[in-house]
Amino acid sequence: MDFIIQNILNALQWGSFYALIALGYTLVYGVLRLINFAHGDIFMVGAYIAFFVAGFLLGPMVGLSPLVTFLLAVPLTMFLTACVGVTLERVAYRPLRRKGAHRLYVVITALMCGLILEYSNLAVLGASRLKFPELVEKTIWNLGGVTITNLKVIVIVAAVAVFIFLNFIVTKTKIGMAMRGISYDKFAIPLMGIPIDAIIVFTFVLGSAFAGLAGLLFAMSYPVLEPFMGMIIGWKAFIAAVVGGIGDIRGAFYGGFLLGFIEVGVVTVFPSTYRDLFAFTILLVILWMKPTGLFGMPQSTKI
Amino acid sequence: MQKYSLNFVMVLSAVVLLLMAQQGYIGNYIQAVIMYVGINIIMSTSLNLVNGNMGEFTCGHAAFMCMGAYVSSILSVLFFGKTLGDPMLPASMAIMVFPVIVLLGGVVAALTSVLVAVPAFKTRDDYLAIITIAVNYMVISAIENMDFVGGSRGFQGMKDTVWAMQGTLKAPWMLFWVITFTVFTIWVIRRFITSTYGKGVNAVCQDETAAEIMSVNTNKIKLVNFMISAGLAGCAGGLFAHIVGYVNPQSFNILKSTEAMVMVYLGGMGSLSGAVLSAIVFTGLLEVLRSQALMDFLLAPATFIFPDWEPSAGVIKWVMIPLLLVLIMQFRPEGIMGNKELSDVFPKLKKYYTFK
Repeated sequence: MDFIIQNILNALQWGSFYALIALGYTLVYGVLRLINFAHGDIFMVGAYIAFFVAGFLLGPMVGLSPLVTFLLAVPLTMFLTACVGVTLERVAYRPLRRKGAHRLYVVITALMCGLILEYSNLAVLGASRLKFPELVEKTIWNLGGVTITNLKVIVIVAAVAVFIFLNFIVTKTKIGMAMRGISYDKFAIPLMGIPIDAIIVFTFVLGSAFAGLAGLLFAMSYPVLEPFMGMIIGWKAFIAAVVGGIGDIRGAFYGGFLLGFIEVGVVTVFPSTYRDLFAFTILLVILWMKPTGLFGMPQSTKI
Repeated sequence: MQKYSLNFVMVLSAVVLLLMAQQGYIGNYIQAVIMYVGINIIMSTSLNLVNGNMGEFTCGHAAFMCMGAYVSSILSVLFFGKTLGDPMLPASMAIMVFPVIVLLGGVVAALTSVLVAVPAFKTRDDYLAIITIAVNYMVISAIENMDFVGGSRGFQGMKDTVWAMQGTLKAPWMLFWVITFTVFTIWVIRRFITSTYGKGVNAVCQDETAAEIMSVNTNKIKLVNFMISAGLAGCAGGLFAHIVGYVNPQSFNILKSTEAMVMVYLGGMGSLSGAVLSAIVFTGLLEVLRSQALMDFLLAPATFIFPDWEPSAGVIKWVMIPLLLVLIMQFRPEGIMGNKELSDVFPKLKKYYTFK
């Protein structure tokens, strides 16, 4: 019983990262109908930004205590990562959108931007892995055989809070209404006096900021940074978003946790090398059963 | 004259290449580059069938290459190698059996592609992209968990087959087979696309619903198209395995699929000659950017400012190539040829050759 509860907690933590990244994917897709393949690498950039911010705040120049550093690093990392995401949108996606380019070209551009981020990181910082400093004093609570670290709690709470926040923004605010409007009809929205570009930039800010948050939390949980850390987790988060039904906030959240549970479940039963195989097979089966994902709406085409 | 001119030129150039390799005028390095060009041509044209001609978006093409590489490697080692027990066939039969081995790898890869083709009956672009990525990961992961082919350590011993062929008759055999399979690929794809049956592929790309109404069996077309594409990629994988003599599941990951996609979009979607040209250009670029001297020259201003920064060519290469593609997407999104064939771009060429 303890074993099961322990693994459920681990799966919740692992799923939280997937959910956080998948939320960013879903936001951008829901508004732009664009698979932002560079999102996983934005998460990687976020982790690196967190590393440098933490190093700077802990270092001799400023010299803050670790806890204050953590509290300051969260908004700073989110802000800087959002800047990276918006830059990407400005430089790569917006000109294409202005030209009315085919969707595929934008997707290819996104893929390539991800590669550029990875390899430029590798070129500038070298292949040696970085060790993330410990920011939060690790406290371990033992509840009758189940160990809970405070980091786990922080990660899970952060994921749920981000989900509630995004759900509130998309469903209850004016800007969220504009987002839903753009995804519904891109041509009528400017006629209503809604600044399309500003809304899209805001979407990228939201998605990238939460990717940055995910990067910070990930670096704190697994404190080794490498340039390709965003690749696998990015693809998997994207798949989680699709299984949930892409373009749907709830879907991304549940899909992320579902993927986390599947992976941790497989690892507890089988050798850990089978993780990818089982995860992807189950996802394929889900997509065979429901081609639009769990929460996705089937799109009807007019003839 | 017009009808056979292209075939004649092809055969002549192939014979000239082989003779030069035989006499030692071109070194091993140039031969290897030519072989990689051939493999990349197979990869890009076969992916072009799905991504260009059918307008679907798949990004897991390396999975089929992986299947082909592994199946043909295992067969090859079983028949002529020494790593999995004694060779089953005499070495003199290698020349006859080798193309069969490669084709069998292609057949197994084609059967694997049913995994992708069946969901493609119902799903649209984004979801299909996911399914292909998932299949790519699945294939790699499955092979990594098979211990009898070495798992993630990789698998070797295919060179025995090449040496068996060399022992029978001293000739650049791998170059010969790569050229043969490349020409075979281009021929198959061209015949398929221009046939009445293959016109259905283009119909699916233009408007699936209309094609269905006009009595094109879209599901069957998709299945056949995916299988042809994957089978040819499997052949490319088999050839690749025998050239390098070592396969590793991680050499067929998403990056390899990305390479194939880059070639397709560089050449232009749905253009066969574009895919061939872009494969040649891309492989050339990869080789040229490999030189450290050129990199140092290009990055001289940056290294002048940051003297302790030492960029390695292998890494910067992968910054430059995506950057090139991003620029292409910005300024010439249709690629080199852009849905046209060579004879459409230069109409005067039509006088000299026909290619059906």
